[in-house]
Amino acid sequence: MDGVNRMDGVNRMDSARRTGEVGPVGDVGRVNGVGPVRDVGRANGAGPVDGAGSVRGADPVDGAGPPHGGTPSADGSGPGRPSRPGGAGRAGRLTTAGVRATARIAARDDGRGGTSLPVLEGEGPLAVRRIRSHGAEARVMLVGAMSGPLGGDHLTVEAHADEGARLRVGSAAATIALPGQNKGEARYDVRLSVADGGELHWLPEQLISAGGSDLCVSSRIDLQGRARLVFREEQVLGRVGEEPGRLTSRLVVRLDGRVLLDQELACGPGAPGGWDGPAVLARLRAVGQLVVVRPEFADHLPEPRMLGEHAALAPLAGPAVLVTALAPDGLGLRRVLDEALRLLG
Amino acid sequence: MSRAALLVLADGRFPAGGHAHSGGAEAAVKSGRVTGAASLEDFCRGRLHTAGLVSASLAAAAALGADPAALDAAADARTPSPALRAAARRLGRQLMRAARAAWPSAELEALAREFPKGAHQPVVLGVTARAAGLAADDAAYCSAYESVSGPATATVRLLSLDPFDASAVLARLAPELDRVAGAAAAAARGVLDHGVDVLPAASAPLLEIGAQAHAAWPVRLFAS
Amino acid sequence: MHLDHTHDGASAVSADAHRPDGARRALRIGLGGPVGSGKTATVAALCRSLRDELSLAVVTNDIYTREDAEFLLREAVLPPERIAAVETGACPHTAIRDDISANLEAVEDLEDEVGPLDLILVESGGDNLTATFSKGLVDAQIFVIDVAGGDDIPRKGGPGVTTADLLVVNKTDLAPHVGSDLGRMAADAKAQRAELPVVFQSLRTEDGVAAVAGWVRERLAAWTA
Repeated sequence: MDGVNRMDGVNRMDSARRTGEVGPVGDVGRVNGVGPVRDVGRANGAGPVDGAGSVRGADPVDGAGPPHGGTPSADGSGPGRPSRPGGAGRAGRLTTAGVRATARIAARDDGRGGTSLPVLEGEGPLAVRRIRSHGAEARVMLVGAMSGPLGGDHLTVEAHADEGARLRVGSAAATIALPGQNKGEARYDVRLSVADGGELHWLPEQLISAGGSDLCVSSRIDLQGRARLVFREEQVLGRVGEEPGRLTSRLVVRLDGRVLLDQELACGPGAPGGWDGPAVLARLRAVGQLVVVRPEFADHLPEPRMLGEHAALAPLAGPAVLVTALAPDGLGLRRVLDEALRLLG
Repeated sequence: MSRAALLVLADGRFPAGGHAHSGGAEAAVKSGRVTGAASLEDFCRGRLHTAGLVSASLAAAAALGADPAALDAAADARTPSPALRAAARRLGRQLMRAARAAWPSAELEALAREFPKGAHQPVVLGVTARAAGLAADDAAYCSAYESVSGPATATVRLLSLDPFDASAVLARLAPELDRVAGAAAAAARGVLDHGVDVLPAASAPLLEIGAQAHAAWPVRLFAS
Repeated sequence: MHLDHTHDGASAVSADAHRPDGARRALRIGLGGPVGSGKTATVAALCRSLRDELSLAVVTNDIYTREDAEFLLREAVLPPERIAAVETGACPHTAIRDDISANLEAVEDLEDEVGPLDLILVESGGDNLTATFSKGLVDAQIFVIDVAGGDDIPRKGGPGVTTADLLVVNKTDLAPHVGSDLGRMAADAKAQRAELPVVFQSLRTEDGVAAVAGWVRERLAAWTA
C-alpha cells in the first residue's frame, strides 16, 4: 500500500521512527495541520468514487444489535487493555490481529492556578507529549498516531479532566486509517471524561480514511455537572483521487449520565446504501462535527444558524450545540468549523 | 386485533399530518441534489438506512412496550437538528390525535398526558401499533416505509415527477425496507434487556443540515 | 368517537364542543373559496369589526407557508400571537378536510396560549370550487366568491357554493366593470342553496363587512346559548 511497509513490530514500537518511515503517507501529516490538508483534500467529490452506485443493493443493514463501535459501557474504558511486558513499557502489544495500545491522559487542578498532568502515558503507536501551557490550560499533543491504525489494530485514547482542570488535546498530524496485512477492521476508541467544573478541548487533526481501510471509531464522552467541552471530529474520505475505505464513526456525549447526542456515520464501500447520495454526503469528501457543551447554555442556548450551504449550528436538547459540516475537502471543512468556534466565542 | 390494522396505520391517507412534510425532499430538490427518479431513489435509500432505521427501531421498541419517555429522550439525542425535533414532535402529536380516535387505549392516553405537545412521532407510532394489537416488526415496517414514502410523494408535487416513477422507486426499495425493518426490530428487542443505548444512531448529515436551511426559508411548500 | 374529558393536559381528539378542562371552546368558522376572491380581506374586515367586542383569533392555511398570515400581520388586524399559520404541503384542501390534525392543533394552541377565545376564524388556502371544511374542524363555513371570477359560478354550483352555511359574493363594486349580472347571480344562488343565506358585499364601502359580521354574531349567539 503506497510502499508503506509498517508491519515490522520493532518499528511499530518506535512511533517517531514509524512516522518517519511511512514515506508518502508521512507527507500528509504535519504539525501545522493546514498544509497537509490541501494535499489530502479533493477539489471536488467527482473523482472515481461512485459509492452510491457501487454499494447499491449490496448492503446488509448495519445497526442490528449493539453497534460494532462497542456498546456504550458504563465505565467508558476500552476492552482488551493490553498487558505491558516489563522493560518495554511504551510498547503496545503486537498480536496476530494487530496492535493494541492505549494512551492515557489525566489533568488535575494543581492548586496554583494551573493544570497538572498526573497521568501522561503513551504506548506503541500512541505517544503523548506535554507542550507549553497556555495560562491555566495544560496542552497535550498526540504524536505518532497519525499513520495508523491499520486493519486489526485496536487503539484507545483516554483523557480525563478533573474538577477545575483545563486540558487541551491536539494531534501533531492527521490520522490515517490504512489497510493492514490482516483484513480485520481496526478500532479507534476515544474515551473522554470531564468532572464537574473541568474543561476539555479535544481538537485533533483530521482522520483520513484511505482506500481499502476499514476503521470503526467510537468516541464516548462523559461529562459531569458544570463540565465544559469543545470536541472536534473531522473525517476526510480518501486521499487525493482515491476511493475511501470503510469508516464507521459513532459519537456519544453524556451529561450526568443523560445522553445529549448519539450519532453514527457510516460511509465507504460496504456501508449501508445511499451514504454518498443526496440525503447523506452527496459526494462531499470531508465531514466534521463540533460539539460544544457549556453550563451557561442551560440558560441561553445559541440560536440555530446556517454556516454556508453545507453546515449548520444546531442547539441540542440540552446545554450543548452541535455543528455539522460538510465540505469538498479537509481545508474547507476546517475553515467552517473554525468559523463556528469563533461564533460561539 | 387484526393485522390489517397495519394497512390502516400505514395508509398515506391516515389523517396524521404527514402530507405537509417532505422528509427533507423539499430542501434536497431546491439545492439541486434531487432532480428526478434516480436521485430520488438515492435520496430515499440514504434516508431509509439512516433516519428510517433509527425511527423504525424507536417505533419497534415502543411497540414492544419499552418506556416511551426513555425512547423519546433517545430520539432527541439522535436528532441534533432542532427543526427536525420540532417536526417529529408535531407529527407525533398529530398522530396521537388520530390514534386515540382509531385505537383508544390507556397507554395512548398516558402518553398524550405525558407529552401534551407531542412525543417524537416514531414513539407515538410504536405505542399506536401496540394499541392496535400490532407487533414490533409491523411498527418497524410502518416507520421505515414512511421514511421513504413521504419524500417520494412530496417529490411528485415538487418536481411534477411522474407518479408511476415515484411508485417504482418505492417498489425497488422494498427489499431494503425488509432488511431495515428486520434490523430495527432486532435492535428494539435489545432495548428490553440493555436499554435504549443499543438503538441504532445512524445519521445523515445532509438531512440535518438541509432541515435547518429549510426551516429558515421565508417561503416553502412543506413544513419540513 | 370522543373520549371523555376528565384527563388533563392531553388535547381532545376532534371537534368536541368542550376543552379538556370542561369549558366550552371557541366557535370555529371556516372561510373558503377560490384564489383571489377576497377571503383574507374578509377575514381582516371581520377582525376589525369584531375585535372590540369578542376575543378572537385566526388560523391561515397558505399554499406558500405564511403569506396570508403575514398580510394579516401587516394590516395589524390582530396582535401577532392571535394569528397562526398552518403549513399545508401544497395541499390546502387536505389540511381543512381530509387531514385536519394540524389545524386542530393550531386552534387548540391558540386557545391555550391566548384564550379564552370566543371565535376562531379558519381561512383556507385559495383553492378551487370543491374545497370544503371538515365538520371535525369548523362549526360553520363561509364560502367566498367574487363577481370578477365570472357570474356563472353560482349556477355551476359545487360543494362550496351549494352547502356552505353562508355564501359571500364579494367585490360587487366591480360588477359594472366586468359585466357581471348580480341579479342573475342571486337567482342562481337561490336555486342552488334554497334557504341558505347569501350576502353580496363590497369591502370598499363603509363597513362593507357588516352583513357577514352580523351573521357571525348570530352564529356565536346560537353557539353560546
